[in-house]
Amino acid sequence: MSGPVRLEDGAVQVSVQGVSLALRPSGAVWLAAHQTLVVADLHLEKGSAYAARGQMLPPYDTRETLSRLGREVAALAPRRVIFLGDTLHDRRAEARIAPEDAQAVSALAAGLDLVWVVGNHDADGPVKLPGRCVQTVGLEALILRHEPQSGAQPGEVAGHLHPCAKVKGRGRSVRRRCFATDGTRLVLPAFGAYAGGLNLKDAAFKPLFAKPPLAGVLGKDQVHLIAWNQLLSDG
Amino acid sequence: MLTVLPARFQAWFAQKGWTPRAHQLAMIARARNGRHTLLIAPTGGGKTLAGFLPSLIDLDERPKPNTPRGVHTLYISPLKALAVDVARNLITPIEEMGLRVRVESRTGDTSLAKRQRQKASPPDILLTTPEQLALFCAWEGARAYFADLQCVIIDEVHALRGSKRGDLLSLGLARLHSLAPQARRVGLSATVADPDDLRRWIAPAPEVADLVLGEAGAAPEIEVLLSDERVPWAGHTAQHAMAEVYETIKTASTALVFVNTRWQAEFAFQALWRLNEDNLPIALHHGSLAPEQRRKVEAAMTRGELRAVVCTSTLDLGIDWGAVDLVIQLAAPKGSSRLVQRIGRANHRLDEASRAILVPANRFEMLECQAAREAVAAGAMDGEARRTGALDVLAQHLMGAVCGEALSSDALFEETISAAPYQDLSREAFDGVLNFVATGGYALRTYDQFHRIVLGQDGLWRARNAQTALRHRLNVGAIVTGGTLTLRVSSGRHGGGRKLGEVEEWYVEQLTPGDTFLFGGQVWRFEGVSGNDARVTRSSDTQPKIPSWGGARFAMSSHLAGRVRAMIMDQAAWSKLPTDVQDWLGAQKAYSAIPAADELLVETFPRGKKHYLVCYPFEGRLAHTTLAMLLTRRLDRLGVGPLGFVCNDYTLCIWALEPMDGLDLDALFQQDMLGDDLEAWLDDSVMMKRLFRQCALISGLIERRFPGLEKSGRQVTFSSDLIYDVLRRHQPDHFLLSCARADAASSLLDIERLGQLLARIIGHIRPKALGRVSPFAVPIMMEIGRETVTGTASDDILEEAGIDLIAEAMA
Repeated sequence: MSGPVRLEDGAVQVSVQGVSLALRPSGAVWLAAHQTLVVADLHLEKGSAYAARGQMLPPYDTRETLSRLGREVAALAPRRVIFLGDTLHDRRAEARIAPEDAQAVSALAAGLDLVWVVGNHDADGPVKLPGRCVQTVGLEALILRHEPQSGAQPGEVAGHLHPCAKVKGRGRSVRRRCFATDGTRLVLPAFGAYAGGLNLKDAAFKPLFAKPPLAGVLGKDQVHLIAWNQLLSDG
Repeated sequence: MLTVLPARFQAWFAQKGWTPRAHQLAMIARARNGRHTLLIAPTGGGKTLAGFLPSLIDLDERPKPNTPRGVHTLYISPLKALAVDVARNLITPIEEMGLRVRVESRTGDTSLAKRQRQKASPPDILLTTPEQLALFCAWEGARAYFADLQCVIIDEVHALRGSKRGDLLSLGLARLHSLAPQARRVGLSATVADPDDLRRWIAPAPEVADLVLGEAGAAPEIEVLLSDERVPWAGHTAQHAMAEVYETIKTASTALVFVNTRWQAEFAFQALWRLNEDNLPIALHHGSLAPEQRRKVEAAMTRGELRAVVCTSTLDLGIDWGAVDLVIQLAAPKGSSRLVQRIGRANHRLDEASRAILVPANRFEMLECQAAREAVAAGAMDGEARRTGALDVLAQHLMGAVCGEALSSDALFEETISAAPYQDLSREAFDGVLNFVATGGYALRTYDQFHRIVLGQDGLWRARNAQTALRHRLNVGAIVTGGTLTLRVSSGRHGGGRKLGEVEEWYVEQLTPGDTFLFGGQVWRFEGVSGNDARVTRSSDTQPKIPSWGGARFAMSSHLAGRVRAMIMDQAAWSKLPTDVQDWLGAQKAYSAIPAADELLVETFPRGKKHYLVCYPFEGRLAHTTLAMLLTRRLDRLGVGPLGFVCNDYTLCIWALEPMDGLDLDALFQQDMLGDDLEAWLDDSVMMKRLFRQCALISGLIERRFPGLEKSGRQVTFSSDLIYDVLRRHQPDHFLLSCARADAASSLLDIERLGQLLARIIGHIRPKALGRVSPFAVPIMMEIGRETVTGTASDDILEEAGIDLIAEAMA
């Protein structure tokens, strides 16, 4: 097992349960050996879900998220993209999605294997959008699922919790999305443009890690590894 | 003249031993002619009574109704406390004259039961706040409720006018005019630089309200405290003069001690109590203290139990306290209008001069205090820029209006442009705002099925449903208090202790558990944050570890700045200043230069391993900060390696790795910095995100309160930042982004003033390359390190906190 390595494109290579993977500044995970890109919690059509309830958030979140994803696909040319659950914000999302955005998903799926791991927001998976639906994916020593399970789960790669880290600087602090890993398991940050974040110091993360995890905080062009003792709680 | 006053009222005046004042009678005459009227009178001139007399007479004279009547007079005050206090003061004449008039107040604090009773059985006179008027506008029953309305009185108009709150009120008045066209408006104001502007504000456009002037009071006696100690070079606390301030308090029966920030208030309060051997009852009052605590101080003041109150602008306006006979201004007043307002709080009798003492905290402030004293003596007030109504406020108002009753676009537009701040609004811009309210105003039209308001077959807009209207009502108001935490005494592990007040989030962010700081006159130990509470415990420290933040909140007014510049240039007038200040000016003249009134002196000098550029625009902290940000960008491009900057109201100082004396200063200070450089900087600034959040909250894009679920300020921060980023990328010309930019330009950046400065100094830059720091530069140099501002992106923080990858791997 090797330690973290900074890659040229701003990503950081870490090993989870002996499997080497790259944590990307976009919030995606790249498994080069499998030509596989993993993204979690896209929450497509979250904006329109609020609009349907009378709060008119800008309707551009889906295309923002998809164009972010498009850039990753263009940069890495994966054979497979895995959505790690909560890809759609709710069951009605597909009815609200703009035709050009739906088209963008289809175009994406055309050249690769699109896998939807289902989540609590999209338990039935997509109805119209392309791709195949699964509960979990196994890859070498890794098990990819939406919701992280309590207790020791060696090799688990999950989303669901939307981890973010608050880091203190001189005079002020920054709060950013982050990866969290202790070397045996990994939680991905949310990839969706409107997805909120839960502080890594929140109690919800406690049952997951036997020792304090390392935060891979998303900076503008690179992932910054920040030690546990440098992190602040939201208070 | 006396005949305008009915017998019962004449008798009451006679019984009190009073003679009605000319302006009181003039107000009655104007009312009989149905005229909108602005009354400008100094405090203590019976202004409030003058406003209400016509209504009391009308209520007394009108025939007894067969059916219960609606509200006759609506009174709106900027302060809840004032509304409540005026209600109390009105009851005295009403009872003494035996009038059958019911007066009640209604504020955010009024119980639900009382509010419901007020709706079912309206009082004759209702006293309330702008927020409550906005709520009335959004209520289906408003038209019936105000059917009998004859008069709307707006108190302290001068204080309300230049703000978003004023915009909201102006729109509310326009709505009220549609509901009750017969009602006339009465504005009550303190002296202002431009009364005509206020007259237009009061009346529905294009009308102009009549003007009634009260008698001028005796000129105030203002003294600048010349301390036995020397005037310090720098600082904001006036610590050097505290013993003399204390002695002065002892000479008064009750003193108000004004400061500019709550932290200065905390500091002064602490300092005075350290000296308080006589155990004088000295209290503290500022906006962060819990309302109950403030009410306690106000009540003690009303009962005449206090000798002094250290306060911020929270007491600029408000209840009449007859006993106040001295006003002390600690640190410079920043503007002559503010100073006049504050001095007006002392001695509410017209024929006696108010007494005020100004206490400068540093040498430039010494000049500023002197300038302010001269300005007040000359009756010169700060001019106020003409205000254009904010569009996020209009969005909120339009939503409310449509929640109240079905309205057409045309009617809404006519009503909107009858509000003075929106007089020049184009139909196109209006339609844009209405479209925003309905659909969010997005170029991508996927929300057409999700309107917040819907246009019926009859051409009228209505709220989409009852739930939408209810949610709007929960979010009414133009002041966003986002970003504050409740300061709470920790009791055990689960909190729930006594609430001390509110504190800004940025302040809490700089604390780590164990830090001690001053609040409410106590030293507290910071324990941590849970939810929306900052938890603290009492500390036995006498000196807090985290120093109070000392900067001034208000930038010095242009008017006062001009006077300070003139004073520095006029060397003959230096003799009026204390000797150490004179020596300081003389040394500056000998070593560097005294700039002429229109000149900008730019000094450059090395110190340590760094190189400094210090200039003296005297245009206020906000304009200076903007200028420094933009200069820093340019210096960066010039390869000088700027490292940081610091600004105060008089000076700005930039330091860099390379010397700056060889630079082309005319090019450096060229006006075109307000173009692309400004845009580029703004786009990425944290400030824009904050302003955007405020606009998003005010306009109703995001909601502060959801039925049954209160979002904390921080949750809102996060999601509004995401929205900001997405919107900026996909629709950079969206209406709310323009709102945020307009707010930035007018309030925080002071672009207008910076523009004037850059125009003024073309061809008038006076460079001075020096070998060491000049006497003028010392005060700002002493501020370096106390308040650092960096223009760098927050990624730097991550860089610094990041751990060595190799070291981590070996761990």
